[in-house]
Amino acid sequence: MLNDITIGQYYPTGSPIHKMDPRTKLMMTFLYVILLFFANNVYSFVFMFLLLSVAIKVSKVPLSYILRGIKTIVFIIMFTVVLNMFMTPGDNVLCQWGIFKLTTEGIYNAVKMAIRIVLLVCGTSLMTLVTSPISLTDGMENLMGKVPILKNYAHELAMMMSIALRFIPTLMEETNRIINAQKSRGADFESGNLIRRAKALIPVLVPLFLSAFQRAEDLALAMEARCYRGGENRTRLKELKYTYLDRYGYMISFFMIAGVVTLNVFGVYLL
Amino acid sequence: MENMISIQNVSFKYRTGEGMEDVLALDNVSFDVKKGDFVGIIGHNGSGKSTIAKLLNAIYFPLSGDVLISGMNTKDEENIWKIRQKAGMIFQNPDNQMVATIVEEDVAFGPENLGVPHADLRGRVDEALNMVGMYEYKDKKPHELSGGQKQRIAIAGILAMEPECIILDEPTAMLDPKGRVEVLNTIKRLNKEKNTTVVLITHYMDEIVDCDNIFIMNNGKLEYDGKPKDVFKQVEFLRKLRLEPPFATRVSYEMNKSGINIKDDVLTIDELAEEICQLKV
Repeated sequence: MLNDITIGQYYPTGSPIHKMDPRTKLMMTFLYVILLFFANNVYSFVFMFLLLSVAIKVSKVPLSYILRGIKTIVFIIMFTVVLNMFMTPGDNVLCQWGIFKLTTEGIYNAVKMAIRIVLLVCGTSLMTLVTSPISLTDGMENLMGKVPILKNYAHELAMMMSIALRFIPTLMEETNRIINAQKSRGADFESGNLIRRAKALIPVLVPLFLSAFQRAEDLALAMEARCYRGGENRTRLKELKYTYLDRYGYMISFFMIAGVVTLNVFGVYLL
Repeated sequence: MENMISIQNVSFKYRTGEGMEDVLALDNVSFDVKKGDFVGIIGHNGSGKSTIAKLLNAIYFPLSGDVLISGMNTKDEENIWKIRQKAGMIFQNPDNQMVATIVEEDVAFGPENLGVPHADLRGRVDEALNMVGMYEYKDKKPHELSGGQKQRIAIAGILAMEPECIILDEPTAMLDPKGRVEVLNTIKRLNKEKNTTVVLITHYMDEIVDCDNIFIMNNGKLEYDGKPKDVFKQVEFLRKLRLEPPFATRVSYEMNKSGINIKDDVLTIDELAEEICQLKV
């Protein structure tokens, strides 16, 4: 019952985007999200949409995987749309119920927000689909190391994340084992209402936590025995290296900025 | 020959909590391990054998006495990291000592911590993986490996730190018979080919029959220090210490007891078969 959980959602296809340095991908995604909120007219939104479409095409990740992310946030999108529709102040009132006014500005805003959220979710999930969790961690460690405030925690946070990634399958296996052991002794996980089922999980969670603590202690001991002393003076087997792909990546980034700025300014005249 | 490990009059106590008597885990233990030797430490549960392992790696410090690893005292704070690099340690649970999500990165963990330059890391990792016969698994994830394979990766992780000595604290206790054989063959080969000193702590007597030297622990005291051949035939003595001699030794012992004359220091099944074939009917 737990075997179908995958860690992260990496979808390897070997495309040029997959081969890019994780730092480039993180930076580009970050920039894309920021630009989404700068885009203010039809043309710049179309531009952002085209950028993402091309990226998805190049990555060879099936569209259904990317749209899966949207399914989980349909509710949030609807909520934002409704809120924007009725709460935006404007002169062009179409109809009104008490304090709720439906204005043309409201509709315009709502559509803009919806497009923004959809593109944002698709863009970020594309990044996690084309970057393995390990290289994502490496990239984040490296980038955080360059930010003054985060610098001191970069290594520790990355180490914590990679240990979590390492132990997720182990703990999942263990959970399965405990569930089976409890089932074989007559525990019932499948029937009853929500509260009963939640209660049935207690005999699973207690031994799971206990063993997780034991593992943590063992691991700490093993790490110390292997001379682990934090991030200082550590070297890396796999060092991140920029390639020609990343050069293109950063060139595209500038193209992105230039495109949005130009379209934002000249879009007014085009309309 | 130079001593790799020297334990001198070491005592150790575990804190048990308020108002309770502290348990003496080690009581005035002394022994030496020579460079390049393969030694076994054996004893039943609670005999103090795992405590010795943790003392050797500077995880615990002796209450009295000294622990020297190639001449360096573990009490000396400056030596700790050097000692841990020289005397690598393998633990019982193969799962709980793997740090990284990919095999080769786990092997690299030790040397990365030592600050080995990037250019040398790849070579060290590949060599260590080849040594334990796991090179083709270098891109695998830990949960895709069997217990025995994980334990061999753990050994490779220590080898990559280029230690002079490896201490293994019951490395086979959680493995299936196949995994046990894999791990034992690996450490025996290391000892022969690389002349690495090996300290194998176990409660299986048949794992240490071909050791250079064995130490038997009982209730925190060193009961025996010598060649395995001399002690394994003393079946009564071993049973008193709640240890079970290897199968072949037990058979020859019982045969002798029921009046069949056979050599009493056979240790392996092959030796036993040889001896039985020479019996005159």
